[in-house]
Amino acid sequence: MTSAGQLPDGTRLTGSSSFADYLAAAAPAQLPGAAQKLAGAASNGSGVDIAPHGTTIVAATYDGGVVMAGDRRATMGNLIANRDMQKVYPSDEFSVVGIAGSAGLAVELVRLFQVELEHYEKIEGAELSIDGKANRLAALIRGNLGLAMQGLAVVPMFAGFDRVAGRGRIFSYDVTGGKYEEHDFHSVGSGSVFARGALKKLYGAGMTEGDCVTAAVQALYDAADDDSATAGPDLTRRIFPVVYSVSADGHRRLDDAEVGAIADAVIGGRLQRPDGPQAPLG
Amino acid sequence: MTQPFYVSPEQIMKDRADFARKGISRGRSVVVVQYADGIVFVAENPSQALHKVGEIYDRIGFAAVGRYNEFENLRIAGVRLADLRGYSYDRRDVTARALANAYAQTLGTIFSSAGEKPYEVELFVGEVADDPAHDQIYRLTYDGSAADVDGFGVMGGQIEQVEAYLTEHYTAGLDLAAAVQLAVTALGQDSDPARTVPAASLEVGILSRARSQPRKFKRLLDAEVEAALGA
Repeated sequence: MTSAGQLPDGTRLTGSSSFADYLAAAAPAQLPGAAQKLAGAASNGSGVDIAPHGTTIVAATYDGGVVMAGDRRATMGNLIANRDMQKVYPSDEFSVVGIAGSAGLAVELVRLFQVELEHYEKIEGAELSIDGKANRLAALIRGNLGLAMQGLAVVPMFAGFDRVAGRGRIFSYDVTGGKYEEHDFHSVGSGSVFARGALKKLYGAGMTEGDCVTAAVQALYDAADDDSATAGPDLTRRIFPVVYSVSADGHRRLDDAEVGAIADAVIGGRLQRPDGPQAPLG
Repeated sequence: MTQPFYVSPEQIMKDRADFARKGISRGRSVVVVQYADGIVFVAENPSQALHKVGEIYDRIGFAAVGRYNEFENLRIAGVRLADLRGYSYDRRDVTARALANAYAQTLGTIFSSAGEKPYEVELFVGEVADDPAHDQIYRLTYDGSAADVDGFGVMGGQIEQVEAYLTEHYTAGLDLAAAVQLAVTALGQDSDPARTVPAASLEVGILSRARSQPRKFKRLLDAEVEAALGA
């Protein structure tokens, strides 16, 4: 027992550099999903209808970095729960994480992941390798498997700049914590089938950062076109996808004016050809 | 049959304090100086791996003298406490005051507990605010006492000479280079004639409100220290 005001038990023990491990030992009730697990809230397997879900995230690499973009819609069953939700977050200086799935849990998971990376960096005095970061995220997702089985799945996508290899890298996950490295581009979430189809036709080697952002916005437009849970650019409210770019200089969120201009151009094109730019046949 | 000698509580505490103080004064000093954009910690530390200065949280930094394993233990405990608090509440709710309190309680308990040897450490905990008037620096000693530091502070090593130099030469509102120069010259006052401490054996960490990132702590590279000293 320690008296009030002192450093709590466990803080002075040597051991893991992982904040998640420390949290699990010191305050397990604060782990993402702990309360939901206790309540068995989603035991009927219909978690989709009781909590908001986030939808489509796309990512693509360019020469010297990687771009990640997410639409802004969260849905709850057939309702729109939120129209300006942020689904792409910086996880540390050189990486970003995008979330699809149960929104509340996913945001909590991102918060834990951010602290996890910073905690390691402070304790060890060194940054984790990008593979190390990707593996830590896999471990955190694995901890959520029970809830995922009940319909409250969190499926993030992770992207970052590999400072050793000098290029952008993308990792996708499944609900069991399986980690898969993706090449060139990838998409997750309910509209991902359409977004990935669009990226397949739009993506090319040697694309610049700006090209990648345009391709991502086009892909999100296509996802929104065919998936009711994904939002396209909201012109009346001027709500645009959240776009992050990560390069050797760190991460950067593109401001609304920048994304807005690209979205306006994309929509201008769609007014001429609603299905978007046509890829050459041969 | 031998009778245990009676030792008065005053004597026990005095012995323990002497023991801790002796350990702390063996090493080199650490200096903290407030400058225009924040707080700078300067330590003489030839090791590139075993740090005396470290980051605790967004606006909170740490510096220590004494036994490495003991203050490293306290630093990690501080990082855990801060990260847990920031995760449970909000990043803005992590304060140097709460951290200094936790350190004081812990050091005080260890100091007076008969079963443990006192920690041979002293700590600075600094927090940078949006304006210089609200910057805070606390000094924690081996027995759990806590004190506010105003402008500059020294702990460990030959405190008197270093402190005398700082008292004479410190002015408020220095820029970073001037603050580093002042601190480094002060560290060299522990011998007569004064030494010049080479940049390679200096460890300098700053908490700068001028940084745009939420994390205000930065460790200066050797080249940056040299540039500051040459300026």
